Amino acid sequence: MRTGKLHSIETMGLVDGPGIRTVFFLQGCPLKCQYCHNPDSQNFIGSNEITADDVVQIARRYREYYQATGGGVTFSGGEPLMQGAFLVEALAALKAEGISTCIDTSGYGQSHYYEEIFKLTDHLLVDIKHTRNDAHKVLTGKDMTGIRHFIKALQGFEGTVTIRHVMVPGSTDRQEIMAELLAMIEPIQKKVDKIDILPYHKAGVEKYSQLNLSYTFESVPEMSPERAAEFEMSVNEALQASKERATEMTVIEGNGYQLSA
Amino acid sequence: MTQSFTQGIWSDAIDVRDFIQKNYTPYTGDARFLVVKSPKTEKVWDKAKSLIEEEIEKGIIGIDTTVFSGINNYKPGYLSKEDEVIVGFQTDEPLKRIMNPYGGFRMLEASLEAYGYDICDDMSKDFQTYRKTHNEGVFDAYTTEMKTARSVGLLTGLPDAYGRGRIIGDYRRIALYGTDRLIAEKKKDYRALESRPATEQVIRLREELSMQIRALKEIAEMANSYGDDISKPATTAKEAIQYFYYGYLSAVKENNGAAMSLGRNTTFLDIYIERDLRAGLITEAEAQELIDQLVIKLRMVRHLRTPDYNTLFAGDPTWVTESIGGMGTDGRTLVTKTAFRFLHTLINLDPAPEPNMTVLWSRALPENFKRFCAKMSIDTGAIQYENDDLMRPIYGDDYGIACCVSPMRIGKDMQFFGARANLGKALLYSLNEGREELKRQKDGHPVAVLENIPALTTVDPDGRELLSYDEVMPAFKRVMDKLAGLYVNTMNTIHFMHDKYAYESGQMALHDSEVHRYIAFGIAGLSIVADSLSAIKYAKVRPVRDEHGIAVDFVIKGDFPAFGNDDDRVDTIATEVVTYFSEQLKKHETYRNSEQTLSVLTITSNVVYGKKTGATPDGRGKGEPFAPGANPMHGRDKLGALASLNSVSKLPFENVCQDGISNTFSIVPAALGRSEADRLTNLSGLLDGYFAKGAFHLNVNVMSRALLIDAMENPSKYPTLTIRVSGYAVHFNRLTREQKEEVIMRTFHERV
Repeated sequence: MRTGKLHSIETMGLVDGPGIRTVFFLQGCPLKCQYCHNPDSQNFIGSNEITADDVVQIARRYREYYQATGGGVTFSGGEPLMQGAFLVEALAALKAEGISTCIDTSGYGQSHYYEEIFKLTDHLLVDIKHTRNDAHKVLTGKDMTGIRHFIKALQGFEGTVTIRHVMVPGSTDRQEIMAELLAMIEPIQKKVDKIDILPYHKAGVEKYSQLNLSYTFESVPEMSPERAAEFEMSVNEALQASKERATEMTVIEGNGYQLSA
Repeated sequence: MTQSFTQGIWSDAIDVRDFIQKNYTPYTGDARFLVVKSPKTEKVWDKAKSLIEEEIEKGIIGIDTTVFSGINNYKPGYLSKEDEVIVGFQTDEPLKRIMNPYGGFRMLEASLEAYGYDICDDMSKDFQTYRKTHNEGVFDAYTTEMKTARSVGLLTGLPDAYGRGRIIGDYRRIALYGTDRLIAEKKKDYRALESRPATEQVIRLREELSMQIRALKEIAEMANSYGDDISKPATTAKEAIQYFYYGYLSAVKENNGAAMSLGRNTTFLDIYIERDLRAGLITEAEAQELIDQLVIKLRMVRHLRTPDYNTLFAGDPTWVTESIGGMGTDGRTLVTKTAFRFLHTLINLDPAPEPNMTVLWSRALPENFKRFCAKMSIDTGAIQYENDDLMRPIYGDDYGIACCVSPMRIGKDMQFFGARANLGKALLYSLNEGREELKRQKDGHPVAVLENIPALTTVDPDGRELLSYDEVMPAFKRVMDKLAGLYVNTMNTIHFMHDKYAYESGQMALHDSEVHRYIAFGIAGLSIVADSLSAIKYAKVRPVRDEHGIAVDFVIKGDFPAFGNDDDRVDTIATEVVTYFSEQLKKHETYRNSEQTLSVLTITSNVVYGKKTGATPDGRGKGEPFAPGANPMHGRDKLGALASLNSVSKLPFENVCQDGISNTFSIVPAALGRSEADRLTNLSGLLDGYFAKGAFHLNVNVMSRALLIDAMENPSKYPTLTIRVSGYAVHFNRLTREQKEEVIMRTFHERV
């Protein structure tokens, strides 16, 4: 049995996919986001190891909570898709137990596992860091090739997708960025249930000094939660409108029937 | 025309439950029918609120120093007579407190002195000359060992100088039957005793019944002074609520028990409200007005306490606990519209600590009610939840909670309240040959509390002392054996004297004559004990001993599993400890054949108990607070809240901790979910999951640490900020600085 590199476990994940979820934070991430809230989860030298069996043993203890809320297990990170082989095993074991699965990803993983992983996953949280290549590279250390590839791969995914974006004031708090975001996800919008706009905040930055790392976002102000909520509302309205237009078009192009209510 | 009630067993015998079952209307709808407070309520509440705020600032509004406590010893009191729909205060003025000398006179004197009051004329001298108190009786019969255990803080908070409380009168009986009928039934019970031999037991019962009958007459006279005739059954919703309240009011006029709980009344009262609504006699606005005004009265109940008492039970709590909701044994929900109306007072009248809103949670509760409760928790933080699915099989469907977590069948069970033993200290006694780790005799030697606890002998290969689980656990059990005997005998003494010198005749008149009695023991420091034993078992722990051989500190090498991480290695230790202690308590004979139960509950006393306890082998320093109730120690739960809840849920309730297991949980609103719909689903699901795991109780606080810190620094900005501590809610401003700091230190779940 393969082992996964584990950063930590949160047994009460309430903002990590549908319902109450047990979150396994896997160690290691190819991105180096300047505002990362878990910089200690970035390197791949994880000290704790976990097996798919361990995951199931732990998850079973919270089944009552999943049943009450439609919850389950979420793999987050770090970047869980960087541990593809382990993830496939763990997801399969959870599926066999009838436990719902979710992955929280930035879309930068071992792409040869995507197809297999998608078959075993009910829900994806896809974090889109930026819509512009240069800015993406500055923010995360990587250009957008990875996320573009991932969105393409998602066309073969049959579950639901929630898009997430951490909004940084002065950088992505603009309607044109929102329009670009919608355009990026347009090919998979059918599967997208909603877009979460998460306001950038500084809670937890003390980790940087504890790890002797410099925090390059020091001078960036926090995003107002109220403004983020406004963006969230308008971008979701736009998403719904776009989905409706797409449905209409399919009907018209398909067989010419009128769209019935 | 009002409809007549469906008749049944209740028509011929005193049986409130049967009346409820035959006549109530379950409600599965949502909260949209609720209305705002009426103009009258607004006027009454404005006055009440400013008086309460004045009291928080001054500490006290007044004391009636002219007369001692009693059901009908005070003239009627009003706040805003023309606007008061429900009337009645404990004395002739709102918030003016009663002198109750029967528990202990010194306690009364200390209270008066603390607030700068003098007792009138010769009352003090006369009372002490002619009347003995409960406290004097207890000390006439305490053994040396009992007094020592009490003074070192091994047994703490014992009700030997104040009213024991925790008795719930079935106040509904007054509304349903009227006092004439209740008196007639008691007389019938008395006559049945006349043919029995005059044993001590029978004589006592006859005397008590006579006292109960007199009390019922006094309750009727008291109601009469407010212009109401309660000798006959209530005929309208307004009468039902008012008569019911007279019953409760008489209890808090006669007694000053720590917890004076209300019972389980919303389903009962709803029957009258529903009938009047159908007959067009009242509107929804008037129905809500009745409940709002009842709740205003309940918020204004006060007892005279000493500053010492406040360090144990901070914030002037009265535990007017109302149990709401739950399911019937026939599968119908006991939730009615009045359950909603009662909880809605938290919005109409702002959040407040009293009455202590306790929702009896079942997975089968109507979804609408669950979401409403979750919303009220998030908006007001004033609700506690207890597991109806766990209690119903034991107590049926007409039980209520006394105080925080003590279940009892209404009108059929009572309990002898027993505060708690400091189990953290008991563990230290097993390392110190039964000697006290902090308190010294005059000659500097440690106080010897328990005899025949052998010295530990395990050493490592270097000859240095090492604590061995195989030696400490049996030694600790030996301490628990002795502690159990001492505790039961102490409690027997206290309750013998309480019955003799401070009998609650009014409350007991609202019970069946042949009542079932529990004797409720308690423990504090469970997580400290479990973690200490885990450290001894899984890490290496060396005691550091002083010149008297007392372990004053511990050197811990290595890691050990801590309670609160859903780790069976330590969770089973916690279960073994409570199970063992409960078994030992049950081996001893009890006063009046009462049935032993055990609680894991501390109120706010976890701070004081910690202060009085030396360093413990889990790494907790000398004097540091314990975790409240059954909570894991803060900072030691590493896997998030559900692992912590799972650990607590493993503690056995039935037959072991059957007087309740308290757990307090704090979360910031945003961490509950991204949208309001998510937050409601998650909180409701959290309760479903936790109780499906067999857990007993959860206090839910939805607030941030930053808010509490701000409230500590700027109290005037938060005059009514209400938080839930162990088993009750309190105005944050009424806590001591130390208690506030302890609350702020607790784990807040704040991942967003």
